[in-house]
Amino acid sequence: MALEDIVILNEKETRAGFGEGIYELAKTNENVVVLTADLAGSFKLGPFIKEFNNRFVQCGIQEANMIGMAAGLTIGGKIPYTTTFANFSTGRVYDQIRQSVAYSDKNVKICASHAGLTLGEDGATHQILEDIGLMKMLPGMTVINPCDFNQTKAATKAIADIHGPVYLRFGRPKWPNFTKEDGSDFVIGKAQVLAEGTDVTLIACGHMVWKSVEAAKELAKEGISAEVINMHTIKPLDTEAVIKSLTKTGAVVTAEEHNIIGGLGDAIAQVAARNIPVPQEYIGTNDTFGESGKPEQLLKKYGLDTPNIVAAAKKAISRKK
Amino acid sequence: MATLQETASQIRRDIVRMVHGAQSGHPGGSLGCTDYFTALYFKIMHHNPSNFQMDGNGEDLFFLSNGHISPVFYSALARSGYFDVAELATFRKLDSRLQGHPTTHEHLPGIRVASGSLGQGLSVAIGAALAKKYNNDNSLVYCLMGDGELDEGQCWEAILSAPHQNADNIIATVDWNGQQIDGSTDKVLYLGNLEEKFKVFGWETIVLEKGNDMDEVVATLEKAKSLTGKGKPIVILMKTAMGAGIDFMEGTHEWHGIAPNDDQLAKALAQLPETLGDY
Repeated sequence: MALEDIVILNEKETRAGFGEGIYELAKTNENVVVLTADLAGSFKLGPFIKEFNNRFVQCGIQEANMIGMAAGLTIGGKIPYTTTFANFSTGRVYDQIRQSVAYSDKNVKICASHAGLTLGEDGATHQILEDIGLMKMLPGMTVINPCDFNQTKAATKAIADIHGPVYLRFGRPKWPNFTKEDGSDFVIGKAQVLAEGTDVTLIACGHMVWKSVEAAKELAKEGISAEVINMHTIKPLDTEAVIKSLTKTGAVVTAEEHNIIGGLGDAIAQVAARNIPVPQEYIGTNDTFGESGKPEQLLKKYGLDTPNIVAAAKKAISRKK
Repeated sequence: MATLQETASQIRRDIVRMVHGAQSGHPGGSLGCTDYFTALYFKIMHHNPSNFQMDGNGEDLFFLSNGHISPVFYSALARSGYFDVAELATFRKLDSRLQGHPTTHEHLPGIRVASGSLGQGLSVAIGAALAKKYNNDNSLVYCLMGDGELDEGQCWEAILSAPHQNADNIIATVDWNGQQIDGSTDKVLYLGNLEEKFKVFGWETIVLEKGNDMDEVVATLEKAKSLTGKGKPIVILMKTAMGAGIDFMEGTHEWHGIAPNDDQLAKALAQLPETLGDY
């Protein structure tokens, strides 16, 4: 695939991809049950609730109890999907997930919207930037941060087919939607190489994938060939794809809507350090909380925009020996 | 066929021997809940110890929320046939399936969720109860909690939730021994009128005054079963004595989480007839 082949189909919220995905999944998988902690609207659950009301559990604002109930539902063979904002899906209920879900190997799908800075005006109380780290540290947890609407929809359906706990992270704002409509380009645990390149590798997850595509297009104008990898699955990480790309390009930029401590960048650095040490630059928040603002304003202020990725790529390239 | 009282005596022997063997563990609450476990696993529950299935479809399920009383749980499981009683000797030792607190991680038959970090069991029980309803499975879900555990906020989330979710196939029990690690529950964090609290939250509430009297325990559990399926979850507030069955351990929080030495073990075992053969 080449950069020029990547085109925006439309702009949609990734969370709406969840809403559509769960509705379609429920039609074919009768074990799917959806729980929410008073956020059905935010997850676009209207169609699901209308048609599958008997498989919808309104928990009220009880995130801890919701996680526990989800663990219990798996014992009867159900596949529970829990829905609340990323902050309340992880930090608020870390111990419940740790003991009742992860340590207990329960087939719970923890689905988290409004992740990262781009939830915007609600500010730092709701903008969790530590959730990928929290979840990826749990043994047995699969962590997925799809890049757009189509991919969130595909991931929502795909996670029903793997046994074990999953953390599925997505966001609030409308965002460029560019992956395949049928989701056939999404495979859990398999890195998606969006564009091949030779000078630097851009590895991103979630909303930052599109920013990386934009950055690669900018770099191309300057004659710099960037490989763009959508690392939607942060755990288990596709280490083979990372090693292959870094061996080719010799430099990497990681981009995530997350603290650079404990996120995707750290995961890539670990692979690099063990296998193919190369210069790495990090795009992400740096040991800070967020604040209120428009999504694009926040991404710019915290250095998570296209110009910063371009600059980081040049810096990484300049550090090659 | 041993009587329930004889079985309870053996389980109490197992508890003190396990905790002595590991020189660690929680004998107090385990001894206090021995009569409950014995009644549940040897009389009340419909379950299939010889062929443990995680899903438990068609079976009654039990969840231990206050996981630190694992010794009585392990003994009841082994004595009822989930695994060999010889394995009780591995309690809290390296490479054992009998971890300090119960876990599914080591695939010990009879355990369906990890517990130990308090306050989580009733939420899991509600989920399992809802799954039974989805599956048109009329069997029941039991859950034991500690009274000190009710300090945890999540318990009250679950207590609020169960009636709303129509989980009338749950029989929860609170081990109401009035003791927790730092002293009496009244002093550490006053629980107030538990009976009224459960009632106003919408639970069918039964007070069991003699939670260490086997006949009373069995009768109360039977009564609770008769109340299931009527629109309300059921709770038994079960008054027990921490350390019940061993005179020098009974009624004090001092034996919440310490192991007996050799002399204390001998004194304890002298009070408990060996009815089914020690492991």
